[in-house]
Amino acid sequence: METFIQQLFNGLTVGSIYALVALGYTMVYGILGLINFAHGDVVMIGAMVALSVTRPLVGVLPGPLVLLIGLVVAAVTCMLLGFTIERVAYRPLRKAPRLAPLITAIGISIVLQQLAMIIWGRGYHPVPTLLPGGMHDLLGAQINDLQLLIIATAAVTMVALMLLVNRTRLGRAMRATAENPEIAALMGVNINRVISATFVIGSALAALAGVMVSSHYGIAHYSMGFMLGLKAFTAAVLGGIGNLGGAMLGGILLGVIEALGAGYIGDLTGGVFGSNYQDVFAFIVLIVVLVFRPSGLMGERVSERA
Amino acid sequence: MPFSRRHLPLSIVAAAIISTLVTGCGKSSDQAAAPAAETGPLVIKIGQASPLTGAQAAIGKDNESGARLALEDANAAKIKIGGRDVTFEMISEDDQADPKQGTLVAQKFVDSKVSAVIGHLNSGATIPASKIYSDAGIPQVSPSATNPTYTHQGFKTAFRVMANDEQQGKALGKFAVEALKVKNVAVIDDKTAYGEGLANEFRKYVEANGVKVVAAEHTDDKSIDFTAILTNVKSKKPDIVFYGGMYPQAGPMVAQMKKLGIPAKLLTGDGGCALEFLHLAGDAAPGNYCSLPGVPLDKMPGGAKFAERFKTRFNMPIQQYAPNAYDAAMVVVEAIKRADSADPAKIVAEMPKTNMPGVTSTITFDENGDIKNGAVTIYQYSTDGKTAVETIGGTAEAAAAK
Amino acid sequence: MKRYPQLRMLATIALLLLLPFAVGTMGNAWVRILDFALLYIMLALGLNIVVGFAGLLDLGYIAFYGVGAYTYALLASPQFGVHWPVWLILPLCAAIAGLFGALLGAPTLRLRGDYLAIVTLGFGEIIRIFLNNLNSPVNITNGPQGIASIDPIAVAGVSLSRTLNVFGFEVHGLYLYYYLFAFVALLIVVVSARLQDSRIGRAWVAIREDEVAAKACGINTRNVKLLAFAMGASFGGVAGGLFAGFQGFVSPESFSLLESIMVLCMVVIGGMGHIGGVIFGGLLLAVMPEIFRYSAVPAQQALFGKVVIDPESLRMLLFGLALIVVMLYRPAGLWPEPRHRRELAGKKS
Repeated sequence: METFIQQLFNGLTVGSIYALVALGYTMVYGILGLINFAHGDVVMIGAMVALSVTRPLVGVLPGPLVLLIGLVVAAVTCMLLGFTIERVAYRPLRKAPRLAPLITAIGISIVLQQLAMIIWGRGYHPVPTLLPGGMHDLLGAQINDLQLLIIATAAVTMVALMLLVNRTRLGRAMRATAENPEIAALMGVNINRVISATFVIGSALAALAGVMVSSHYGIAHYSMGFMLGLKAFTAAVLGGIGNLGGAMLGGILLGVIEALGAGYIGDLTGGVFGSNYQDVFAFIVLIVVLVFRPSGLMGERVSERA
Repeated sequence: MPFSRRHLPLSIVAAAIISTLVTGCGKSSDQAAAPAAETGPLVIKIGQASPLTGAQAAIGKDNESGARLALEDANAAKIKIGGRDVTFEMISEDDQADPKQGTLVAQKFVDSKVSAVIGHLNSGATIPASKIYSDAGIPQVSPSATNPTYTHQGFKTAFRVMANDEQQGKALGKFAVEALKVKNVAVIDDKTAYGEGLANEFRKYVEANGVKVVAAEHTDDKSIDFTAILTNVKSKKPDIVFYGGMYPQAGPMVAQMKKLGIPAKLLTGDGGCALEFLHLAGDAAPGNYCSLPGVPLDKMPGGAKFAERFKTRFNMPIQQYAPNAYDAAMVVVEAIKRADSADPAKIVAEMPKTNMPGVTSTITFDENGDIKNGAVTIYQYSTDGKTAVETIGGTAEAAAAK
Repeated sequence: MKRYPQLRMLATIALLLLLPFAVGTMGNAWVRILDFALLYIMLALGLNIVVGFAGLLDLGYIAFYGVGAYTYALLASPQFGVHWPVWLILPLCAAIAGLFGALLGAPTLRLRGDYLAIVTLGFGEIIRIFLNNLNSPVNITNGPQGIASIDPIAVAGVSLSRTLNVFGFEVHGLYLYYYLFAFVALLIVVVSARLQDSRIGRAWVAIREDEVAAKACGINTRNVKLLAFAMGASFGGVAGGLFAGFQGFVSPESFSLLESIMVLCMVVIGGMGHIGGVIFGGLLLAVMPEIFRYSAVPAQQALFGKVVIDPESLRMLLFGLALIVVMLYRPAGLWPEPRHRRELAGKKS
C-alpha cells in the first residue's frame, strides 16, 4: 500500500511538471495551430539561466529568495526568447504550407540546444537545493516540500490561465484569434500583439517549469528539454490539444500512468514486461485514446475542415 | 534558354564529376610513384580512432594522447625493421562514437594503408568497424571497447587490452558476494549495450553464488527521473543496488535513493566511475562503489612515472583510458618488432604471442583476442574522491603490489 | 536536350555509372559516404510518398527502416542460424515493413495533422523500444547488443563485400554496393514517378489538398491512405534491408527519433512531393555534413589559430540555422514541385 501511494505521488509530481510544460504547448497550439517544437528547449534555457543566476548567490541570501530571483531572471529571459522566436521563425510563415513552421520549430530547437551547449558546456550541472527539504511521511510514503510545491504550482497556474483566457480582455482577444484570425482582425483585435502575448506567457511558464524540474531532480543539462517537451506534447494531445484543462489532465494522467506502469507492469506480467516498457505504455494509452476520441480526452470535436 | 531550371542541378553534378575526374587522375598517378623508394627511414602508419568531437570528445582526446605518447616513445627507441630505421606516424580520425562514422573512419584507414589501428573507444563504433579491418586484414587493438561481441565475431584481427563487460561484471559480482557478503540485490540497467551487458554478467555471477535478485529494473541513458523504479526497489529491501550505466544517471540515482529513504548503497561499473559522479550525487555520494578495469596506476611499477610523463607532455592529467591506449599502441609496436615487418598480415600473426608488461597490467591475449585474466579494481567514493578497495583478477605482480 | 529524352536518360545513366570512380579518387571512404547517401535517398523517397504525395505527416518513419534492417539481420545471420539469400529477403523486408505501415495507418485514419504527427512519433518509439527489449524472456533481437556478423549481400553468388576482379580491373566491394543501391534507388524513383501519375497518385494529391472533397468525389480515402502508408513503409523496409547487409551490424541506436527528423528534413528541404527535389534534399543532407566535417577544423584553425567551437556543435548549429533560413525563404523547399509553380504562374510551362 505504501508503495502504491509513493508511486501515485511520484506520478503526480512528474505529471504536474508535464502539465506545466503542456500548458505552454497548448496555448500556442490553441491560437496558431502550431506545434512549437522548441518549447521544451525554452524550458531548458529557463533552467540553465536560473542556475547561472542562483549559483553565485547561494549562501549569500536565503534559499527561497535566491530561487525567486533565479525564477524572475529566467522568466524574463525566456519571455524575450519566446517573443524573438515567434517574430523570427513563425510569423513570416503564417501563410506558408503547414509543414514549414514545423521544420523551423525543429531548427530552433536544434539551435537552442547547440547554443546552450556552447554557453554552458556539455556536462550535467548539479543544481543546488534552495528550499528547506522538509520530508513528510504520508502513510509510509516519502514526500518532500518541493513535490507539494510543484503540484500546487501546476494547479494554480492552470486556474490562473483559465481566468486569463475566460475573464480578461486579452483572453477574449485570444479566443477570437483562435476562432478566426481574419475576422478577429476586422473586429479590431491586433492579432500580432495577441500572438506575441501568447508566446510570452507560454515562455514564462516554460521558465517556471524549467526551474521546478531542475530543482526537483537537482540536475540541469543542455538536452534536458527535448524529451520533456515530447512527453509534455504527448500529454497535451492526450488531454485534447488547445484545451487548458485538457493539458492539465493529460499531464497528470501521463505521469501517473508512467509511474504505475513502471511500478506494476513487471509484477502483473510475471516479469515478461518490465519498467523498460514504460514509454511504450504511455504511447499505447495515447493511441488508444485517440482512436476512440480523435481530438483527445477533453478536446472539442472539430468539424473536418479542409 | 539552353539550360532550363529543371536541368540545372544535373548540369552542376556533371560539371563537378568532370572536374574531379580530371584533377583526380593526376593525383592517383602521383600516389603510384610514391612507394618506389626502398632506402631511407621506413614510415609505418598507425591509425587511431576515437570521438574527437561531440559529447565524448574529452576522453576521445585522452585516448589519442595515450597512443601518441606510445608512438613517440617507440620513435625515440630507434627501432630497426629489416635493417631500416623506422618512424611511426599516427593518423588520428574522429569517429564521433557513432556506428556509421566508425565504418567511414575504418574505410579511410584502409585507404591510407595503415599497418595497425588503435581504437575505437566505444563498442558501438568498434564492432561495425572491426569487420572492415578484418576484411582488410589489418590488426585492431581497442583500448576501451568492452562489449564481448567485439572479440567474439571470429575475427583474427580484433584485440583489446581492457577487461570486457563479462570480466568486469564477474569481478563486480565477486566483490558483492565475497567482500560485501550481500544476500539480496536489486539490478538496474540503462538498456544500452554497455549497461545491460554489464548488469547481465553481474546478475549471472551473483545468482550462481546463491544471491537473490529481488528487483530487476530498467531505465534509459537520457533519463533523470528514477523515482518510479526506485520506489519498487525500496519495497524489495535489497542489501545493495547494482547499476549498469553511466555516471550522469548513476549520480542522480543515488541522490534520489537517499531522498526516498533507501538505505542500500549503489555498486556500479567504470561508466559510473568518473569524478563527476561526486558533483551529481551531492551528499549522497560517500560510501557508494564503482569499478575500473586495470590495476590502480599508482600500484603498477612505472604507473606513477607514466602519469607524470603524460602530464608534462600534454599539460593535462590523464582523463580516463589514456594508459590503456598507451598499452594498446605498445602492443602493436612490440608485434611489429617481432614480425620485423610493417605488413599487416605478419603483424596479425604475431599478435597472439604478445606478452608485455604494460602500464595497466601485464598483457597476454586469450584465443578470442581478449586480455587474459584482466584485472578490475573496485573503488569506494568518499566526500571528495574515491579510494581503491580491492583489485580482482590480474597478474601476479599486480596482486603482489596490493 | 529537352527534345531528346533518351539522350537525357543516357547521360544520367552514364553519370551514375561514373560517379563512384570520380568520388573514389578522393579515397574509398567517399564511396562509402555515397553509398550511405543512396540509402538516405531511398528513405526520403519513401517518406515522400506519405508526406509529400498524400500529405500525411509521419514523424516515426525510421521505424520501417529498422523493421527492414532487423528482418534482414534475423534471416541472414548467426542469430537464428538461418542464412537466406538476399533476393528472398529483400521482398520480405518490403512486405513486412509495408505490413507495419498498414498497421500504423489503420488506427490513425481518423486523425489529422498534428494528432497524426504525435501518434506516428509514438509508433516509431514503440518499435525502437521493442527492438531494444526483445532479448528477454525470449531472445529475438539481441536487445541493445545488436546483431553482428550479418551476411553481406551477394548477387548471383558474388559477395559484394569482397573485391571483384573484372578482366584484370580490381573493383572494390563499395563500388558494387553503390551500383546495387543505385539500381534499387532508380527502381524506387521509377515506381514513385509512375505512382504519382497514376490514379492512386492523383487520389493522394486529392486527399492532401482536401480530404472531404476527395471523399465526395468517390475516392475510398481509407484504402488510399493505407496504401500510402504501406508503400512508403515498404521502400523504407528495402532500404533497411540493404543497410543491414551493407553494415553487417544493426543495433537499435541507429533508428532513433533524430533519424526520422533527419529524413523528414530531407523531404521538406528538397521539395515535398517532387521526386527530383527529394533526391536533391537527401543528397544534400547526407553529403554536406561530411564535407563540413573535413573543412570545419582546418577553416577554424586558419581563421582563429585554434578550434573555437567544437565542429560537431558548429555543424548542428548550422544545420538548425539552415532549416530555419530555407523555410523562411523557400517554404516549399529548395527545388519544389513544378506543378505548384505552374499553378502559381497560371500557365503551362
